[in-house]
Amino acid sequence: MVAGEARRAPDTAVVPAARTPAASTPVTQRTPAYDVAAATPDPEIPTLTIEDLGILRSVDYSPGQGTVVTITPTYSGCPAMREIAADVQARLHRAGFERVTVATQLSPPWSTDWITAEGHRKLAAVGIAPPGAAPRRSGPVPLTLGHRPASPACPRCGSPGTRLTAQFSATACKSLHRCDACGEPFEAVKPL
Amino acid sequence: MSTSEFGFDPDDDNPYDLLSEDHDAGHRWAFGTGFTDPLEGVDTSVPDGIDPGALVRYCLALGDDALIYSHRLQQWVARLPELEEETAVANIALDLLGQARLLLARAGGIVGQSEDQLAFFREEKDFRNVRLAEHADRDFAELVVRLLLLSTWRLALFESLAACADPVLAAIAAKGVNELAYHRDYAAGWVVRLGDGTDRSHAKAQAALDALWPLAGELFRPDPDALGRVDRGACDAVLDTVLATAGLERPATAPLALVGGRAGRDGVHTEAMGYILAELQSVARAHPDATW
Repeated sequence: MVAGEARRAPDTAVVPAARTPAASTPVTQRTPAYDVAAATPDPEIPTLTIEDLGILRSVDYSPGQGTVVTITPTYSGCPAMREIAADVQARLHRAGFERVTVATQLSPPWSTDWITAEGHRKLAAVGIAPPGAAPRRSGPVPLTLGHRPASPACPRCGSPGTRLTAQFSATACKSLHRCDACGEPFEAVKPL
Repeated sequence: MSTSEFGFDPDDDNPYDLLSEDHDAGHRWAFGTGFTDPLEGVDTSVPDGIDPGALVRYCLALGDDALIYSHRLQQWVARLPELEEETAVANIALDLLGQARLLLARAGGIVGQSEDQLAFFREEKDFRNVRLAEHADRDFAELVVRLLLLSTWRLALFESLAACADPVLAAIAAKGVNELAYHRDYAAGWVVRLGDGTDRSHAKAQAALDALWPLAGELFRPDPDALGRVDRGACDAVLDTVLATAGLERPATAPLALVGGRAGRDGVHTEAMGYILAELQSVARAHPDATW
């Protein structure tokens, strides 16, 4: 399991520190607005919330701006960000928050390391293998030729004997695999 | 309908239904289907010491590379040899379109234009993409060789830009690095499979490399607006590794000649560019005020 198991204190939502410089790690107190925003489902896999996915960075309030929800995009072209922003806004409006802005935060870039332990559990429950630890790099990105990263265990039968069939699946964030034991194809969230 | 197998009640909070609610009123469709500014909430002030004009030109160059190349990849969708290649190429095109949106929004925010205005209402001479981005692949070998050349260069550049003086461009680049690493690995894997495959696939891969090599030189021309640099030696080392594994020969051909000293970055394009823009811009230009 990647970093993330024991990082949730009961009363706070903390952006996981895995690849986040300390200076930019917002620590948001759980507020009613935070809870409403945090429960927003991912449009693709609605049992996962944007909090589970590590997309929600902070929910702040100021008298001048009202409620400002900061989210971070997963992939540059991910079309779900649009739906998520609209949904966050609508949910907060319905919960009685009148002035709501959804802001984007690009840096540091989203990493699959920010998917919570709960997110991992929910991914596996819908048959998607959760990601392994994201690559840590110092220096140029190495070319991967021939030595592919290990294919994850089958989320259906648990067998470790699986093969990568394609680096890109129905969405950019997932790869496609096949289990040698049960013969079923499955998707995995790619480490990013 | 009751709760689905994923524990999701489709009647409750369907995000797609929410899109049609009145908070979306007035947004455009098709060419920006109600998209909000991809830099919404980001501090887009230009730091001291950076020439805003140069930053605009540079973001347009890198944004146009991604926009035009993404369009070319989109044209492949539904024509690829296998389903896995369909999803790969479509997703790579989507990543690049996302990078293009961010970069055009960065440039547009400085000059007071939207990403849509920049993408759909500029003339050919104002597009700054390299000519390699607009090339029409004649077969799958050209697709993967071109992706290898462009993603190798762009990945090296974005690694450098991730530490550049403009924090917005740096953030866009840092995000892009993770995506481009997957693009380059995908392309490299296919170049090796074709080059090291049958006699026929080898011949096609070598022909693709020979045809595209002269267009790659433009990527390395000096750019006075550049905020990052590409180590050509490092790019060559990556390409040489792939080509050696694939059993392909690195061409010795000279770069494609400039036109009066100018090329893609100067708005001088190949014949293909006019056809791309005619398709890319036709709906937006026919219905400039259309809304959902």
